[in-house]
Amino acid sequence: MSDQDQDDIILKDLDDNELVQQMQDDLYDGMFEEVSEGTQILLDRGWDANMVLNDALVEGMRIVGIDFRDGILFVPEVLQSANAMKGGMGLLRPILAASGTKSSTGKYVIGTVKGDIHDIGKNLVAMMLEGAGFEVINLGINTSVDEFLEAIDTHEPDIIGMSALLTTTMPYMGVVIEELEKRNILKELPVMVGGAPLNQEFADAINAHTYGRDAAMSAELAKVIMGKNR
Amino acid sequence: MDVRINQRRHKTLILACGALAKEILVLTKQSEDNVDLHCLPASYHNFPDKIVPGLKKEFDQRYDQYDQILIGYGDCGTGGGLDRFLKDYPKAKRLPGAHCYAFYAGLEAFDDMMEEELGTFFLTDYLVRHFDTLVVKGFGIDRFPNLKDMYFKNYKRLVYLVQDPTQDLTAQAQKAADFLDLEYVERNVGYGVMADDIEALTDQGRPNV
Repeated sequence: MSDQDQDDIILKDLDDNELVQQMQDDLYDGMFEEVSEGTQILLDRGWDANMVLNDALVEGMRIVGIDFRDGILFVPEVLQSANAMKGGMGLLRPILAASGTKSSTGKYVIGTVKGDIHDIGKNLVAMMLEGAGFEVINLGINTSVDEFLEAIDTHEPDIIGMSALLTTTMPYMGVVIEELEKRNILKELPVMVGGAPLNQEFADAINAHTYGRDAAMSAELAKVIMGKNR
Repeated sequence: MDVRINQRRHKTLILACGALAKEILVLTKQSEDNVDLHCLPASYHNFPDKIVPGLKKEFDQRYDQYDQILIGYGDCGTGGGLDRFLKDYPKAKRLPGAHCYAFYAGLEAFDDMMEEELGTFFLTDYLVRHFDTLVVKGFGIDRFPNLKDMYFKNYKRLVYLVQDPTQDLTAQAQKAADFLDLEYVERNVGYGVMADDIEALTDQGRPNV
């Protein structure tokens, strides 16, 4: 037996608290298989899917978000963590959907704006929103104002979120907000914006309701908008 | 990184991304006695929030020593932050466009290429030479190969904007496109708008005789 084998942690041998702690560590380290396994063990032990989501996955990603903000983790590591969370979410999503709890927080339409094909950050936000209990309608990339309007008509969301990675595409967020204003939608529909080149100053300038500086923060702010911050 | 600082006081400073150093040295060869070149780390390409603080530090040390300063950056992902910063420094002017891709290709040609295919990933000579460092290692693909698809799944083609063509660089660029599973396109653009701006600047900076 190698040293590594001797050091291997058997997840099913851990008690609940140890397992949740270990899952947060595994999430931090981007360990897809381990996070999936831990999720399944907790479900098999009778844990409520929402509890698994909040205590193990969302809390783990919150820590990742803090260390990203503080410059301890970088984008590749955060993406690995997100990928690991995706493993757990894959097991929880059907259960949450079946129990009807997924829309308990609110409905959120999100998309990367027209001219922009970058979706990593946007998908990370979408996942954190799901983790926060939102029903997320993800419009994908290169989303035009008409597509946002159509999604608003179809889904009647509580919040709309726009993402951009490029300096050249971020002004399009202002175009969408202007159109919402013209149609008298803006006063009742909070618009959140985010993306690497954005800042609060830009969000204020285009009359966005809220600027989310990272995925974890965006999910927290979305809950605040819904009056469900913890 | 001081690429070229002359001993006597000169009127013109080019403060640029390290990714442009080689090309700027070529373009200023005829006027090297009149132009100082100082470069910030090329790694800021992946960390645009370091650009403005980096320039600020340089301005604090050098701004008063020059009559004109060319900033060898586009917006480069600063979200307009570079332009806001430069408003307080009237002697300084940056290169046009969002990125070096734009001022190398020419602004209209760059827009046309984006119009043609939104999913275009650009490389320049520098980025081809340092593809492994800035893209493969810089994006963490060496450590986490699964990230390659996550980063590049929406891209369709790689356009190599050639400054100074060599067979070796072309082969490396093609290899990069293969690695990323993208269609390979090559455009021989030379130094683009950057050459015009540097020529204008060095003409102004040249002493009258």
